[in-house]
Amino acid sequence: MSGATLLKESGPREVFCGLTSIVWLHRRMPDAFFLVVGSRTCAHLIQSAAGVMIFAEPRFGTAILEERDLAGLADAHDELNRVVKNLLARRPEIKTLFLVGSCPSEVIKIDLSRVAENLNIELKGQVTVLNYSGSGIETTFTQGEDGALKALIPLMPKSDQKKLLLVGTLANAVEDRLISIFNRLGIDNIQSFPPRQSTELPSIGSETKVLLTQPYLTDTARELKNKGAEIIEAPFPLGVTGSTLWIQAAANSFGIEKSLVDSILNPLIARAKKALAPHVEKLSGKKLFLLPESQLEIPLARFLSNECGMEIVEIGTPYLNRDLMKAEIDLLPPDCRIVEGQHVEKQLDRVRDSSPDLVVCGMGLANPLEAEGISTKWSIEMVFSPIHGIDQASDLAELFSRPLRRHDILNPKTLTAN
Amino acid sequence: MELTLWTYEGPPHIGAMRIATSMKKLHYVLHAPQGDTYADLLFTMIERRGTRPPVTYTTFQARDLGGDTAELVKGHIKEAVDRFNPEALLVGESCTAELIQDQPGSLAKGMGFDIPIVSLELPAYSKKENWGGSETFYQIVRNLLKDHSEESKQTWQEEKRRPRVNLLGPTLLGFRCRDDILEIQKLLGQHGIDVNVVAPLGASPADIIRIPDADVNVCLYPEIAESTCIWLERNLNIPYTTTVPLGVGATQDFLRELHEVLGMEIPQSVNESNNSKLTWYSNSVDSNYLTGKRVFIFGDGTHALAAARIANEELGFKVVGLGTYSREMARKVRPAAKALGLEALITNDYLEVEEAIKETSPELVLGTQMERHSAKRLGIPCAVISTPMHVQDVPARYSPQMGWEGANVIFDDWVHPLMMGLEEHLIGMFKHDFEFVDGHQSHLGHLGGKGTENINQGVKTTISNDSTNTSADPIWTHEGERELSKIPFFVRGKVRRNTENYARQAGCREINEETLYDAKAHYKA
Repeated sequence: MSGATLLKESGPREVFCGLTSIVWLHRRMPDAFFLVVGSRTCAHLIQSAAGVMIFAEPRFGTAILEERDLAGLADAHDELNRVVKNLLARRPEIKTLFLVGSCPSEVIKIDLSRVAENLNIELKGQVTVLNYSGSGIETTFTQGEDGALKALIPLMPKSDQKKLLLVGTLANAVEDRLISIFNRLGIDNIQSFPPRQSTELPSIGSETKVLLTQPYLTDTARELKNKGAEIIEAPFPLGVTGSTLWIQAAANSFGIEKSLVDSILNPLIARAKKALAPHVEKLSGKKLFLLPESQLEIPLARFLSNECGMEIVEIGTPYLNRDLMKAEIDLLPPDCRIVEGQHVEKQLDRVRDSSPDLVVCGMGLANPLEAEGISTKWSIEMVFSPIHGIDQASDLAELFSRPLRRHDILNPKTLTAN
Repeated sequence: MELTLWTYEGPPHIGAMRIATSMKKLHYVLHAPQGDTYADLLFTMIERRGTRPPVTYTTFQARDLGGDTAELVKGHIKEAVDRFNPEALLVGESCTAELIQDQPGSLAKGMGFDIPIVSLELPAYSKKENWGGSETFYQIVRNLLKDHSEESKQTWQEEKRRPRVNLLGPTLLGFRCRDDILEIQKLLGQHGIDVNVVAPLGASPADIIRIPDADVNVCLYPEIAESTCIWLERNLNIPYTTTVPLGVGATQDFLRELHEVLGMEIPQSVNESNNSKLTWYSNSVDSNYLTGKRVFIFGDGTHALAAARIANEELGFKVVGLGTYSREMARKVRPAAKALGLEALITNDYLEVEEAIKETSPELVLGTQMERHSAKRLGIPCAVISTPMHVQDVPARYSPQMGWEGANVIFDDWVHPLMMGLEEHLIGMFKHDFEFVDGHQSHLGHLGGKGTENINQGVKTTISNDSTNTSADPIWTHEGERELSKIPFFVRGKVRRNTENYARQAGCREINEETLYDAKAHYKA
């Protein structure tokens, strides 16, 4: 590993819980429904994080626990059964139903796997019922996707066909683009997980080579490995370098000629670098502080420092998987400070002390920092925007240069006459 | 267990946060798992607050549950008091912490701080946001004033000073509270009445202690302040006003009530018709087209009740639906609906509200942001009158709802969407003129005025299902459809439905041009 300093911190945290990942998962799999078994707080959280009102009926909801559900668990299980059946009667288009555990359902120990099992027997395959936990006591933000994918793995068919499996939710357009690049390299058998339809699960076996598109899939990667798949070690496809190394790692693993890879990637790299240049000019030498939220912080810092010339003050991450993140940490500049966990007050003290030019943070903290004159970027935007791949590198950089550009427009430097 | 796709109110601790964040020099330690911090964004994003809510979340995790969570809570409380140095401390729990029963309030009280500690018990599995706000405000006032003695208090007349009142109930994430309190302060100033304390918005614990210096409490938002006003009346003998000054008539009533409670003579100016422009605008000739406009009203209790009165008495609309998501206010909304010949809709299910809108086919919806979305889907104009808050409900401009200026704002906000509706009608009328570009879209989104027809086709199906045994569905002839298309879209659905009902009753198999006129005569008779 490089000379990065790895620290741990504990205290009050300001992060989303795993339920929040429903916000993009439901868009990825339009035939699935996500039913949170939780409290009014869970329902309020999801509707506050997602623009729920724009949907006539969203493909996610909450079975809100009431006082009498807390009294007896048997009744709670029956009640959940009833709610699920009502829902399925009203929404016949649902093919997969995720029962999503929450803090209260975990604390009172509602057995969602048992409820799912019973429902699967009753529904006889018309709808597949699965369960995972998105509770805040166990998961943060993107870990919710990890849980949902892990729950799907047992349903994946077995296959010994050689193939590349892209794992992690990507924007559809970006995914198409990446697949077409792999096709040009001669890798034709490519599948994605999660699939675009929950019922069209990719197969898995000893000849499956997994390329992670997102850095937060610890449990999913482990389970896929247990199914015999090989996890290709690579940095993540953010920025020109990260994406190039990511594609090259897959190409290596499929034994593709380096000359072919170079001939296809080099023009893309040259073009991407050209597009990146104006953003590099804006970002170069600027100080960046990343607060923990999405687990994308380390790859983002690597891109912004190595390719955009930003100076990294601190990288916060809610959770650090040293194995999955090894290739990333190796690329970081020496003496980079990585802090796992959070004490939000102490961390904000450090933000103020270091007077950074840009802070990547959650939505709750952005305006208070802006009011103190510190430019910010919402970390949640990274999970919604098409930012992966060589071609997207300048778009990714633009997300960070825009707040700085805006700051300059609104606060022009004027010469003051003395 | 209740299936919820969207909820009008958050959990009760969000209500507590609204009080804590509205106030100054107060801190709230909330025993809650990580993730519950999402609530900060309600304030920093929707209200664009430049400061974080004064809330310390204990953000416990699963691994903490095996150990001593009570110690964890105490650690956070101590750190919060040391760091923020508040005048008073609120301590409470969110839904998950309620289950593990650490009693954070008692823990805090045992830690030997010399500041008042207000322990909150907000049952998360039975109560909601407004209840939580009301209870929190009540607990703060009760705790800070429990040792107050009323013995030496004199009236304003005895003290030979101007009368003074408290404005109670405004909070962050309350509908236009920021501007309402300015408007009410201005209004009271015109009548020689001073404002003693505004709370919770902008008040510190020290201000709360000054509440008894006032002669009367003005209960501006009963959802938040009624229980506090009742307690202050019973225990400190401070009377309170019950009229909420929303609309011209209610503002007049409010001023009369306040003068009476204060023992002041009611000035003639209260009754003058030029206090608000709403009165004249509503009387002016171009408002004639507002007569009998069918409006559907849904919101929090206070704003829904006020809207019904304004719509009915001041704008000459016809209220065709009235409801609230607030169960606490159902007691007041039910008789108000009954007086309008309606049954109140009390529900927290937005789909039920949308169904009710479809059934009543109104020409204007006055609702929350959710009804705005429903109305948009149905192609019906809508104005937002109530929480839950959306970033649009915190406009940059001064935009109160209460008092004379509030009535002006209400006139504009409600009538402009209707004028746009009229514009749609004109577009329909002139769409065959050569100057006209087809595909014109207005504020109603891609549906334009067509939505109303869709709704009523839905209704038609239900009706025909009910009557399949008695008669077959009448069929619209080409001439009938052509005649129907000439009718303005906003009544077209109703005409279609009435005509079909008439045709069924009269046993007509076909609806042609004449059937339409027969039905029209039948229903006018």
